[in-house]
Amino acid sequence: MYSEKVMDHFQNPRNVGEIVDASGVGEVGNARCGDIMKLWIKVEDNIITDIKFKTFGCGAAIATSSMITELAIGKTVEEAEQITNKAVAEALDGLPPIKMHCSNLAAEALHAAIQDYRSRNGLNIPRSQ
Amino acid sequence: MQRIYLDHAATTPVLPEVLEAMLPYFSHEFGNASGVYSWSRTARQAVDQARDTVAEILGALAEEIVFTAGGSESDNLAIKGVAWANRERGRHIITSAIEHHAVLETCHWLEREGFEVTYLPVDSQGLVDPSAVEAALRPDTILVTIMHANNEVGTIQPIAEIGQIVKDSKAVFHTDAVQSAGVLDINVDRLHVDLLSLSAHKLYGPKGVGVLYVRKGTRISPLIHGGAHERRRRAGTENVPGIVGLAKALEITHAEREKENARLILLRDRLIEGLQTIPHTRVNGSLTQRLPNNVNVCFEFIEGESLLLTLDMRGVAASSGSACTSGSLEPSHVLLAMGLPHEIAHGSLRLTLGRGTTAADIDYVLAEIPQIVERLRAMSPLYRA
Ligand SMILES: Cc1ncc(COP(=O)(O)O)c(C=O)c1O
Ligand code: FES
Repeated sequence: MYSEKVMDHFQNPRNVGEIVDASGVGEVGNARCGDIMKLWIKVEDNIITDIKFKTFGCGAAIATSSMITELAIGKTVEEAEQITNKAVAEALDGLPPIKMHCSNLAAEALHAAIQDYRSRNGLNIPRSQ
Repeated sequence: MQRIYLDHAATTPVLPEVLEAMLPYFSHEFGNASGVYSWSRTARQAVDQARDTVAEILGALAEEIVFTAGGSESDNLAIKGVAWANRERGRHIITSAIEHHAVLETCHWLEREGFEVTYLPVDSQGLVDPSAVEAALRPDTILVTIMHANNEVGTIQPIAEIGQIVKDSKAVFHTDAVQSAGVLDINVDRLHVDLLSLSAHKLYGPKGVGVLYVRKGTRISPLIHGGAHERRRRAGTENVPGIVGLAKALEITHAEREKENARLILLRDRLIEGLQTIPHTRVNGSLTQRLPNNVNVCFEFIEGESLLLTLDMRGVAASSGSACTSGSLEPSHVLLAMGLPHEIAHGSLRLTLGRGTTAADIDYVLAEIPQIVERLRAMSPLYRA
């Protein structure tokens, strides 16, 4: 039911772990099924130079976590912020419809980590609603 | 890579002897059992003989056996059939929180149709308390339906005891014996049941054929109307090969059950003991009132679907009560009813052994699972080594 890419990222997840001196940490829970993802970023000169995750969730949750770390690394904070759950799912050659919500977890964790980085550094820009 | 099938509660392979018994009725002896010519007589004889075999194992009369298209249909026929036929006498039904969806969803549907359903709780081992059944019985209770053995955690319910209690009321008593047929004693008088469901594909017979036992005198309406088949309780040209296969499979598994159960219990307990050496592991269900082939454990801090995917990559087929593996994204209603917290139910693994399972299979699985659990825990934000 999963694409080969999903299975590859599930089997060999990239960037699993924690960053001790992280610039920002995001932790989110999935309201739909109760799963949890935690993501650490290291930001230097506004660029995400390191990123690590830990996920308590299904195959899709682990694969999307892994994929989002690959998509975000090397990007500026602003670029990384533009990564959507759809983009993650597409990079994995798609997810089964019932598993689309799992990709939200990854996107939300990244956004939460960026938010944490900003608030730690007084970089909070007022959000236009 | 070796392939190890440990999901016998989901379905089982058809035994060679069963397949052989079925084969003539697909081609050479293809007759419709309702005709008057020789083809029909052969088919009719095969169905009659199968009915006698099943009746004997259940300790029932041949006329009390209704062939259906599987366990789900048998459950639906028992529950809706009794509800409909008795709706002027009462509209209250008693069941348990851990029934199969074929029972629970049928009860939910009847609630929408104006019936009232009591869902009895279970204890931490998944057992229904017979005195709770007694307390829930009302003058307008028409049906009590409690499963014989649970498909997820293997807990065996005190059906005979509950049956004694229901006998003293006006209600009829149904049990879903889909997981216990061919494994436990399913004599309907010893169990004190009026209705009993079983399904061939769980006992090494073909998919899509089952039985509903209906005690003589039980008021029941058919679900499927049409011809006069099955004494007007289930219309439709008989699935002759399926019925023959069901009877053969039940005959074999029932006759060999004591020997096979003893073999499986040794393997099951070896597997449970081995898995318990993994830290933060709990065994779900009763250790004494348990099906010989069922192992159900929770590994804390990990999620079941990722466990199943990894096991599959290593050739092992299993199942889980995790929210992520269920189409509804709800964790197992059985584990929740037993009081397990959501996040622990998430890491559940069910391994169900069968006739093909060997000691070498158990050893292989016991070598693989600790590594898999460790790897997934290393990835889990909830785990602190
Ligand atoms: C306890 C129980 N009842 C009913 C069923 C449904 O049986 P069937 O698959 O034959 O419809 C199953 C199997 O899924 C089961 O385990
Ligand atoms: S994280 Fe639970 S379904 Fe994907």
